[in-house]
Amino acid sequence: MGREKRPIRARLESALVWLLCAAPLLLILAWGFTGDLTANPVEFVLRDLGLWGLRFLCLTLAVTLLAKYGRMPRLMRYRRRIGLWAFAYVALHLLTYVVIAHEFDWAEIATDIAKRPYITIGMGAFALLVPLAVTSANAVRRKMSPKAWRKLHRLIYLIAIMGVIHYFLLVKADTSSPLLYGGIVLVLLAARMPLGSLFKSAGNRAVQR
Amino acid sequence: MLIRNAPDLSDNDVTDHGLYIRRRQFMAGVAGLGLAACSGSSPASAAALKFRPNRMPIDEAKTPLGDVTSYNNFYEFGTGKEDPAKYAGMMRTRPWTIVIDGLCDRPGRYAIDDLIKRFPLEERIYRMRCVEAWSMVIPWVGFPLASLIKAVAPQSGAKFVAFETLRDPRQMPGQRGSVIQWPYREGLRLDEALHPLTLLAVGLYGQTLPNQNGAPIRLVVPWKYGFKGIKSIVRIRFTDKRPQTSWEMLAPREYGFYANVNPAVDHPRWSQAKERRIGEFFRRKTLPFNGYGEQVAGLYRGLDPRQLY
Repeated sequence: MGREKRPIRARLESALVWLLCAAPLLLILAWGFTGDLTANPVEFVLRDLGLWGLRFLCLTLAVTLLAKYGRMPRLMRYRRRIGLWAFAYVALHLLTYVVIAHEFDWAEIATDIAKRPYITIGMGAFALLVPLAVTSANAVRRKMSPKAWRKLHRLIYLIAIMGVIHYFLLVKADTSSPLLYGGIVLVLLAARMPLGSLFKSAGNRAVQR
Repeated sequence: MLIRNAPDLSDNDVTDHGLYIRRRQFMAGVAGLGLAACSGSSPASAAALKFRPNRMPIDEAKTPLGDVTSYNNFYEFGTGKEDPAKYAGMMRTRPWTIVIDGLCDRPGRYAIDDLIKRFPLEERIYRMRCVEAWSMVIPWVGFPLASLIKAVAPQSGAKFVAFETLRDPRQMPGQRGSVIQWPYREGLRLDEALHPLTLLAVGLYGQTLPNQNGAPIRLVVPWKYGFKGIKSIVRIRFTDKRPQTSWEMLAPREYGFYANVNPAVDHPRWSQAKERRIGEFFRRKTLPFNGYGEQVAGLYRGLDPRQLY
């Protein structure tokens, strides 16, 4: 990433980030046209969107760390966008579940939420994501105190953990993939722990942000 | 028929008959064969079988061959639905013998080709309902398990039949992990095994069974969830005790021994009331005993149907 501030370059960079974020969705659409969504497209799309939701949650968490420790401060300007794409993938995942997988069968969906912990947790995680998406808009953010905004957006830690549990509970036997994401989330959260404060009395608030 | 001591063949003696080579399959792991070039779309080994055509009409469309061979569970090759099609080419299906032992009068090692010659093959178009709530309609070719069982004369003490899949991590990369305690095990009550619907399949769509679908011989029990249909069978044992079965060992609350298709009993994590027929957009209702209740419900008279999951 260059340091030049020429608008054209910034715009290209922005377009590239947007394209990368949209790529998984564009790929699903492309596979839909070429008939490459496996023999069970509904299941495949449902799983793929959910997985990308979790991946983008991880990416959002990683941006802060990369910006700080990876000397890529410019990444910060894309944190909101990446977070909103996480919301978009999770929302599309839920939409696929409601519309295509369960054909608006609300009774069935209600039973799922009540009886199946992985659905309960998944729904809960989505419910917590909504206020984060809404308060991402500049107009809304300006109305909030920065402190309240930061506090609210720490919910992403909980949401990422819930996403991993949701994934872990739904797989049949092979837990390797959910455990991998569990490990990633754990590392991303652990890196935010104010380890320094264990040794120094000075707090390390910047890391927590 | 009875092979007392099949000579161990070296790799050079093994014909490539069982190597089911398809596009997107690669030969990793089959060292020394030097078969780098994959043939075009038609499988090298799928030979036409002679069989009596299906006699149980079913007015549901057959699932296209491409879907049957590219989307299934066969954890020996990986836990992904596409893994079997990708990696099952590594499995050698000739020579192949099935050990039959336990409580029967004619135990022994039976060669697959002798079994195929001995028992007349017939086509059976069956619904296949996976416990994951998707389903297919599949034209199998095979012979009733009952024919084989009668031929080996089970003793009066035999109450159950236990099956085992090949265990060989060199041919089955999924077995290098321990998702399941290998080998894969399945079992039936003897009366279930003797039921005329219960089939040992050796073919699919009129051709020899593709590796990923359980070549060279697999079980098909159409009124039970698909995981009961154990693939690539190497051992059949008659016992007086209910055998342990792989999925029951893994999660007894989720997968029972009977595993009869039952829309009234949910899997703990999803409803079994409906199923997604591969190739269809809207789900259909799941039928008790997968629609074979008329033929098989009698087997379970007196048992609580809610226990038959």
